Amino acid sequence: MTPPDPRWRHADAPDSASGGVATLAPEACTDTQQVDHRPGDPASGVSFGAFLLYGLLGAAFGLVLVQSQVVSWFRIVEMFRFESFHMYGVIGSAVATAALGVWAIQKLGLTTASGEPIRIAPKAWGDSRVPGARYWMGGTVFGLGWALLGACPGPLVALLGGGISVMLVALVAALAGTWSYALLRDRLPH
Amino acid sequence: MLAAVSPLPWYVAGPLIGLLVPILLLVGGRTFGVSANLRHACAAIPLPQGAKPSFLRYDWRTTGAWNLIFALGIGVGGFVGLRLLSDPSAPLALAPETAAALAGMGITDLTGFVPSQLISWSALATPAGALLVIGGGFLVGFGARWAGGCTSGHAITGLATLQVPSLVAVGGFFAGGLLVVHVLLPFLLAP
Repeated sequence: MTPPDPRWRHADAPDSASGGVATLAPEACTDTQQVDHRPGDPASGVSFGAFLLYGLLGAAFGLVLVQSQVVSWFRIVEMFRFESFHMYGVIGSAVATAALGVWAIQKLGLTTASGEPIRIAPKAWGDSRVPGARYWMGGTVFGLGWALLGACPGPLVALLGGGISVMLVALVAALAGTWSYALLRDRLPH
Repeated sequence: MLAAVSPLPWYVAGPLIGLLVPILLLVGGRTFGVSANLRHACAAIPLPQGAKPSFLRYDWRTTGAWNLIFALGIGVGGFVGLRLLSDPSAPLALAPETAAALAGMGITDLTGFVPSQLISWSALATPAGALLVIGGGFLVGFGARWAGGCTSGHAITGLATLQVPSLVAVGGFFAGGLLVVHVLLPFLLAP
């Protein structure tokens, strides 16, 4: 049983499926949570104060990435060789903390600062005949790039900001990769 | 001076990173994920709409401005960490087995965060350097959008919200990573 538009339900509305958090019905083959927007958003989607906060949160993230050496090419090689627990510890405890936080939000029925319901868009399975094609195929392509470059998008930006200027080439290449995906998207299994 | 706090132990760094997920949800209902910015940045390139694939024609300001600012912040954090709080001349305390394996491939300089023998402007002219920086960057951009997320979006946000597609994607990340580290790099850097 699905209400007509689950997006605008209040977080405290009864929801047997997800225990209080309003969820979005999966949409085939779209990055739903990345292109959502709510009515009433200002043109930029963000007020100046919120801009500042997002920037500060990003800076904190970048700083932790550097100080924990997650940005290091060497640490990525070490991880894929299973010769240190460090990266697994970072990712594992990040997942555990995030899961606990999301669970608390659900349990307490919390809303956003402006009182909107909090919803987490589920990742859709896609409509390809190959099950989950976009996730394991795209994931493998991403993994190849991650290990070659030794950096995923967050660390790439942190290294660039830290003055490793050759990462500018990697960033342009990543944008070219994104553009190429956009061109080939209709021909790729999802 | 403050380089002593590096490396931050995993049990401090991981929870701090994980906290971003609930914080971003509470601040504005935003989902933590960095690689969407590659799409936002492409969408923001001022070209006639007809010149762009449909995947890049949307209102990036409404959906992505917050995240682009977040990414800008990552760059600032990277600057503070690398330039002010790290010692670039200190070699990384890598697992001895990893260091030995890298030495066998000719990678002996463990200072900085990237192997200067492979990832630097001068190394770009070598086949290995070009493959790592240009090839690696391209595949990161292509793969992240195909998979619909990267390490932050799938491995952290996706797994924390118990999404099976994210687990499949993370399996893919590892398949690709293992292939590079155990097959491609030893082949590419064979003495």
